[in-house]
Amino acid sequence: MKISREDVLRVAQLAHLELAPEEVETYRGQLDKILAYIGKLQELDVSGVEPMAQMRPQTAEGAHQDSRLTISAQGAAASAELELRDDVVVPCNVADAVLAEAPDAAKPYFRVPKVIER
Amino acid sequence: MTAAPTWDVGSVRDALLTKKTSARELAKDFYAQIERRNPELNAFLALCPERAYAQADRVDATVANGDVLGPLAGVPVAIKDVISTQGVRTTCGSKILANYTPPYDATAIERLENAGAVILGKTNCDEFAMGSSNENSAYGPVRNPMALDRVPGGSSGGSAAAVAAGLAVVALGTDTGGSIRQPGAYCGIPALMPTYGRVSRYGLIAFASSLDRIGPFATNISDASTVMSVIAGHDSKDSTSAAVGVPDYAAEIEKSLEGLRIGVPEDYFGAGLDLEVKAKVQAGIALLEKLGCKRVPLKMPHTDYAIATYYIVATAEASSNLARYDGVRYGSRVQGTTLMDMYRKTRERGFGPEVKRRIMLGTYALSSGYYDAYYLRAQKVRALIAQDFANAFEKVDAILTPTAPTPAFRLGEKTADPLQMYLADIYTVTGSLAGVPGISVPCGKTSAGLPIGMQIFASHFGESRILQLARAFEKAGGFSI
Repeated sequence: MKISREDVLRVAQLAHLELAPEEVETYRGQLDKILAYIGKLQELDVSGVEPMAQMRPQTAEGAHQDSRLTISAQGAAASAELELRDDVVVPCNVADAVLAEAPDAAKPYFRVPKVIER
Repeated sequence: MTAAPTWDVGSVRDALLTKKTSARELAKDFYAQIERRNPELNAFLALCPERAYAQADRVDATVANGDVLGPLAGVPVAIKDVISTQGVRTTCGSKILANYTPPYDATAIERLENAGAVILGKTNCDEFAMGSSNENSAYGPVRNPMALDRVPGGSSGGSAAAVAAGLAVVALGTDTGGSIRQPGAYCGIPALMPTYGRVSRYGLIAFASSLDRIGPFATNISDASTVMSVIAGHDSKDSTSAAVGVPDYAAEIEKSLEGLRIGVPEDYFGAGLDLEVKAKVQAGIALLEKLGCKRVPLKMPHTDYAIATYYIVATAEASSNLARYDGVRYGSRVQGTTLMDMYRKTRERGFGPEVKRRIMLGTYALSSGYYDAYYLRAQKVRALIAQDFANAFEKVDAILTPTAPTPAFRLGEKTADPLQMYLADIYTVTGSLAGVPGISVPCGKTSAGLPIGMQIFASHFGESRILQLARAFEKAGGFSI
């Protein structure tokens, strides 16, 4: 058993989920089984492998050399290729439409239960 | 069982140009069909007749004026309910967004309508696109129009069922680990996952941002190509969309296959593959050889690690993306005594069991003390899987595999065991992790009459290659091999 009840409760707390008591054991068993399966990743030797943090293929079919480079390209290299749009102000008058979707809005704010006690 | 689809993009266009029907009449006919069939199939969650008829009238006016019609003029389209549509309820198949109406359109929606498409409504799906059977929808499962006791596949089950049942001519779905291709296979229609970055994700409600892609369902390859030409291309609103030119796919697909090298990875034909599926896919590959392709045996040694990798990467991203559903800005709220109490109650009541399971798995994988062992390791294995594809595409022009290990399973058959459900994506998640495009094309049926899908992968931005192979396969009768 990899996952304990305490693990489930700790993770639920981190994820802002309030689990019903009967859910805790169900999820414990299921997560335990899934993580046991995922444990097979430990079989592989990954020393020297760069983690693939993002997916930014840039090259068309045929340019295999390049595509090999970009799929393992990381951080700086990949983000250097990002197409940034011009720094120009574009009107975006959607505040009313956005607030209309809020469960509790008091224009121009979202209202939530009291956060600060004084 | 089901009325076979009778319309395609070309026949709609001909009928409009020869005045055999109008876009409005056509939309009306499709709504009548939906009204008749949807109670049984549960493929649509919302219809938008006002929007559809307004668009149809614009198309009819274009015809009346003799102006040039867009490539999808008057074509009735269905949209998976994770893609934002301004003014049309968009639930993601979740209770937490039961009353959410997006204030803007996704870029793909804008492009479809600019091309003349008539959007009929929103289709059912697994909650937040998390599932392989459509049984995780808060609004009930979809039934497979080819076999009503079976699942349509997931997560884009409603879009696949709608097209297969003739309730829409084409549809958009989304694919994160197989959610376009697998339901395409289960419902017996072509279903394409484009290259990561090929189609803008702006307005696609996020599940796993490094994996999510929008793509088409159609009844033939020409229609899938037309939709791709419309929705593909760079979008300044999505910085991960690629600035790579969009070919006229429809013009590329009739090319000869002579001399193309097709790779067949033995790793996709091992234990767990249904024997009838295996036999049909092998017959499909033999047909492509007859059409001039050269078969190349391949090894893709990290295939067996793809599901484990996927369920770390995808759930980690999901746990982060779904943090936004907290009862503050949109969606439902459950009152609480404190802010934290409100967050936790809202999320507990708003999310279904599979979504909670994945949020917890992802949170666990990212949590302090486990990050290196799970998330970081999964990202490294992801690089190895991508390398398997890069190595393969040094030797071949396309890779041929089954789409799914079995045909459509029965409703309820796998709901008790999440891991068994995850394994339905064993052949599709690899391409998702590598970012390459893939299609599922129909490849005959089992003896019980259930559709089988064959998957074709190409290298990044190789949609033309995929569609060319799929078109030749279709023309040679491969769909009913």
